[in-house]
Amino acid sequence: MRPAAILAAALSLFAAGPAAAQGAADLKGQCGGCHALEKPADPTVARLWSRKGPDLWYAGAKFNRDWLVAWLQKPTPIRPGGVLWFAHAKAGEPRDTLDTAGVPPHPAVDAAAAARLADALMALKGDGVVAPGAFKAEGANLTMGKMAFSKLRGCVACHQEKPGEGGLSGPRLYDGGQRLQPDYVLAYTKDPQAFDRFVWMPRLGLSEPDLQRITAYIASLKAGQ
Amino acid sequence: MIRISLALGAIAAVAVVFAAQAASAEDDPKFKDTARLYDTYCAQCHGLNRNGKGVNTVGLSVQPRDHSDAAAMASLPRDQMVRAIRDGGASVNKSALMPPWSSVFTDAQIEQMADYLGHVCKCGKTNQEK
Repeated sequence: MRPAAILAAALSLFAAGPAAAQGAADLKGQCGGCHALEKPADPTVARLWSRKGPDLWYAGAKFNRDWLVAWLQKPTPIRPGGVLWFAHAKAGEPRDTLDTAGVPPHPAVDAAAAARLADALMALKGDGVVAPGAFKAEGANLTMGKMAFSKLRGCVACHQEKPGEGGLSGPRLYDGGQRLQPDYVLAYTKDPQAFDRFVWMPRLGLSEPDLQRITAYIASLKAGQ
Repeated sequence: MIRISLALGAIAAVAVVFAAQAASAEDDPKFKDTARLYDTYCAQCHGLNRNGKGVNTVGLSVQPRDHSDAAAMASLPRDQMVRAIRDGGASVNKSALMPPWSSVFTDAQIEQMADYLGHVCKCGKTNQEK
């Protein structure tokens, strides 16, 4: 490496700060064992069955930082059956059930570590998979959004819009307004296979107005309110 | 009383046979990959036992199709089944709660799934027989 390049790299590290470097190292060490921090080069169905946690390579475009900091200190299951619902499902009557007690708890960290990890996660922007500004907040019709979510487009089949209301295999969305960035919700709903070719949420082929109103509805959902 | 016992015994025997058939459907190596796809994408609503009683039915206003129901499945035209999987329930005037799977499954996998469903219900026609 030429001296100028070494100097540039050193300056870049200095600019990012030792805390950022520590956060990135912590993220890799503490989270990388269960979560993909880089886009998988070869996605397969088998990978979905073997992974221990959701992918985080686009976490900075997905989550709200404040939610991350709070959740990392006091994590609760986002998917009632864990990252792979099938692993905790039991056949039965009148329907199959999830053994939620069998879902391994997510480790908790202290406030300082949560802030450091959240900063490191927010730096994972996902290679442009989320288009900033795609969600237009103005003119959103929440009634139409709820109608699309709950009835017309079937989102509720897999996602809970209120605790106890909705399907259990997908992540809960009754805290979607606190947890998720609207641009991410729109991008993921528009084309989940852009994030993972084999992920079990299919592309519905929704129109732009549907995407906007469903995103607005999810952004309005806040737990405990 | 003896008649009732005999009748119950006969019902139990039939139940055992059906259970064995369901197990063999899962174990048939020909359908191993497709059964795995079913577990991955379909069983959340259609059930671990393919009986329409998946974990998500707790939140559904419409009961998913029971793929183990031979009579109901036998009356379902194959092209309608294929279209429902590929383009979603709404495309065949059924519930929008059944999404289109064409972004996940290839056309060949959808045909294999239709074959598999015929195998699960012991009532279907394969692609060659349709």
